[in-house]
Amino acid sequence: MHKTLITATALTGLFASPLLAETIGVSIPAATHGWAGALNYHAERTIERLEAANPDLDFVLTTTSGPSQQVSDIEDMVATRNIDALVVLPFESEPLTAPIQRVADGGVWVTVVDRGLAQEGIEDLYVAGDNDSFGRTAGTYFAENLDDGAKVVVMRGIASEVDNERVAGFEAALEGSGIEVLAMDHGNWNRDTAFGLMQDYLSRFPEIDAVWAADDDMAVGALAAIEQAGRTGEMIVVGGAGMKEMVARIRDNDTTVPVDVTYPPAMISTAIEMTALGVSGAAPVSGEFIIASELITADNAEDFYFEDSPY
Amino acid sequence: MSAESISNTGAARARKVDLRVIGPLVALVVLILIGVMLNPNFLSYSNVTNVLARSAFIGIIAIGMTFVITAGGLDLSVGSMAAFVAGLMIMAMNWLSVSMGDSVVVILLGIVLALGAGLAAGFINGILITRAGIEAFILTLGTMGIYRSLITWLADGGTLSLGSGLSSLYSPVYYGGILGLSWPIIVFALLAILGEIVMRHTAFGRHCAAIGSNEKVARYSSVHVQRVKLATYVLLGLSVGIAVVMYVPRLGSASATTGLLWELEAIAAVIIGGTLLKGGFGRVWGTVVGVLILSLISNLLNLTDFVSPYLNGAIQGVVIILAVVLQRNSGPAR
Repeated sequence: MHKTLITATALTGLFASPLLAETIGVSIPAATHGWAGALNYHAERTIERLEAANPDLDFVLTTTSGPSQQVSDIEDMVATRNIDALVVLPFESEPLTAPIQRVADGGVWVTVVDRGLAQEGIEDLYVAGDNDSFGRTAGTYFAENLDDGAKVVVMRGIASEVDNERVAGFEAALEGSGIEVLAMDHGNWNRDTAFGLMQDYLSRFPEIDAVWAADDDMAVGALAAIEQAGRTGEMIVVGGAGMKEMVARIRDNDTTVPVDVTYPPAMISTAIEMTALGVSGAAPVSGEFIIASELITADNAEDFYFEDSPY
Repeated sequence: MSAESISNTGAARARKVDLRVIGPLVALVVLILIGVMLNPNFLSYSNVTNVLARSAFIGIIAIGMTFVITAGGLDLSVGSMAAFVAGLMIMAMNWLSVSMGDSVVVILLGIVLALGAGLAAGFINGILITRAGIEAFILTLGTMGIYRSLITWLADGGTLSLGSGLSSLYSPVYYGGILGLSWPIIVFALLAILGEIVMRHTAFGRHCAAIGSNEKVARYSSVHVQRVKLATYVLLGLSVGIAVVMYVPRLGSASATTGLLWELEAIAAVIIGGTLLKGGFGRVWGTVVGVLILSLISNLLNLTDFVSPYLNGAIQGVVIILAVVLQRNSGPAR
């Protein structure tokens, strides 16, 4: 009896769920680095919470390791799960634009997260961090707190639009401040690469006043290299994103790591929650929602520290 | 030392300077000269030790890889394997420290586990290649994906970090040393010497070369082909374990990006060093030179604004190809 019931429910679920409930597809990059890991963590948590709170909502979560796989994932979601809404963090803008446009043309609600599409006006809702503000916030901190003529080295991420926007914001904020950027090389958002790069910066420049490691993973590598060279105290290190180990150092008044700049991976939660609202028609949410980067200092560090987060 | 003996033979037979033998050394010397010209700090004690210590991980793995390739095999899984073993080691040590405290015993157990896990992973690769008869390329491509996913899963997509107490207790293994040489450099050098001796002067080394040049003939010459091939993969697994033992104390963490592309760097180093990709001939000292060439390129690029950082990969590619061309140039003439 019980078994029959389950089978019946399963069948109903299979054939009739699109009529009864709203299905939201979520497609995000696989957890290949810390920030993406936190993105996955927040996505799963939000989906669990919404499914528990709202039995009419159904979610399909896929994680992808490349743009072409993401296209197939999205096509599968539309074809086999008949999704009503799609929350997508495009792996790359260009290759995903046309496939997402087809989904939107089919009448599916589309929320694009963080990485904009190559063509405007496709998505119903755009939720993103602000890369320009991410770089600008760090740059402004340097401009305001370093002396005229201070020497700065920069670790860039993986060569990409995101990285270019951040660096452009950083450079714009430094303009006219008299701060000298000694070198900018790619640390690829990777601890090991950043460690080696920092060692080489330290060999190359006898005097460095500040390091902008545009990501907390790179900041970890840079800090280890500075400590190894015995030059702790000579320079400050500003990372970005808000990794909890870094936030803890700021909270504990570490003089090497005075501040950090946020780029919250929890923006995926914002996107999923707003999409659920939009799909159910409970409140109007279409448009753009830009989450500004904030400066984490010793005074507000407590608000940015999440004990359970993997990042 | 091997460099000296080679140049001596070169001088003795000035007419027959064999570029195939000294090709990689020439490339290395040229790179060092470029470095000296570009930046006065290039030969500073800290830069030289940095580069050598950084080379140690890939170097230790590449020594094991030399045997696998010499015997006609290949292993694409070593980078992911290193990440997976590092993750296991960190989790086990954190778990043990709960009951045993931050003690040296925990670190020793972690080291034993890392070596054991490397050995086991190498054994799995080897046994499937030799007994199940799966092509090494495909099998290790498969295990590469498996280990990479496993570390991502273990770390929950984030980073596994060693507890701070253990981390500071363990870090001298990377940062410390004797006589101004850090432990990774010492271990790398010892393994290189050992590897060179095994390759040149033992039956095992010769069996590897025999199998790589002609498996059938080797079998008819009563070489235990399957057993020797299995042993090369087990050795490589062990060298991955040793590399991890030196790697973990550096940053005390492992994530999905740990060891990314190490397999290709290790294979490139082996081939630059003069070992034949199709097997049959291998030399460990060449591999060491190959590893140093690869690390020097990235070091040089970081020390200068010589080229746009976007072109780093291109420069590396050109140097790899040139280093190989230098030693193969006598080939097409025949």
